[in-house]
Amino acid sequence: MLEEPASEAQVPHVQTVVKKVRGTIHVTQNRCKGCGFCIAFCPPKVLHFSDEFNSHGYRFPQLKNQNGCTGCDLCGLYCPDFAIYGVMQKQGKKQ
Amino acid sequence: MTEEQMIAAAPEGCGECLPPNPVEGFLRSERMPHIWCPGCGIGTTVNCFARALLQAKLDLNKVAVVSGIGCTGRVAGYVNLDSFHTTHGRAIPFATGMKLANPELTVVVYSGDGDLISIGGNHFIHAARRNVDVKIICINNFTYGMTGGQLAPTTPVTAISSTTPYGCYEQPFNLPNLAESAGAVYVARWTTYHVRQLTHSIGEALRKKGFSFIEIVSQCPTLYERRNKIGDGLDMMEYFKESSVVKHGAPTREVGIGFQGPIVVGKFVDIERPTFLDLMDKQMTRTLDAHYTGSVVEQNVRG
Repeated sequence: MLEEPASEAQVPHVQTVVKKVRGTIHVTQNRCKGCGFCIAFCPPKVLHFSDEFNSHGYRFPQLKNQNGCTGCDLCGLYCPDFAIYGVMQKQGKKQ
Repeated sequence: MTEEQMIAAAPEGCGECLPPNPVEGFLRSERMPHIWCPGCGIGTTVNCFARALLQAKLDLNKVAVVSGIGCTGRVAGYVNLDSFHTTHGRAIPFATGMKLANPELTVVVYSGDGDLISIGGNHFIHAARRNVDVKIICINNFTYGMTGGQLAPTTPVTAISSTTPYGCYEQPFNLPNLAESAGAVYVARWTTYHVRQLTHSIGEALRKKGFSFIEIVSQCPTLYERRNKIGDGLDMMEYFKESSVVKHGAPTREVGIGFQGPIVVGKFVDIERPTFLDLMDKQMTRTLDAHYTGSVVEQNVRG
């Protein structure tokens, strides 16, 4: 996204750009066997079981909301079925 | 890793165009989903192994995985590497042969406690004695999973199995102690709960020269836990989380596992010792001098 450069009057004296690392997960639904490791051991506790079932009849994990996930990929490391993994996303945030 | 490095390493991605699973290239995707039960720990260990292998930046054409028989023996069929699914208990002899015929290979033996320690027990102690340069990853789930939950040499005292319905009364093997006393140069134990430490430990073992042994305490929800009324895979993971004590360098004599007792985890042994191939070259050169034509690979290079 292109942003117009801020005029000099709007730029504060001390401008620091803090990059916040945020992430998301990706779930291959039909591989999940519903063991719940990713949900139990997620550090920010942002996962829960879905209301739907996959083709094998298991409930698969879902994000509760989009903001909490840090993309640490611990769910990907725990998953015995290679069904879930986390990814970090680059984001710049001005303070 | 600092935050800047993490940002630099983070893949570009939006909601719709995510990068593929980091371990996808390591697996034979057409065989997924695998046969392991819901809540089984073997898949978690394969995940850790794949990530350790990717982080180690090894040439995957020079990595071979050898498995025996059993649930863990299926690993050889699911990894997209040169792999052997060998006869019961004979994974280590196959691996020894591969390593001696082509010393450039990194040979990993990936098998279960019943395969490696029970029927393959003799091969295990003699490969450790000779210090053959193979990496042993042993998944210990306290039972024979694939054949119906019989008593294994690692089943803790008082645990119930299908062949000991009134409780086990045999003293089980203490695997780190067995490996150390037989001569292993690297001995570690982790559980399936300790995924980060396990990944790091497998990476260390891959870089180590000599007989490296990693025991991974895993859960078997279908046979061991159901019979012993422990619960499902997640309950066993909670037990690993609560009862594990990290003690690096602990004397291996004291790290035996009791039924639902504390589990001492960590890196117990990390020493240096000349390997089988080094000693062979040295002795043959000393005896035959100029007549010694070198190991098989050197002969192949010379043609």
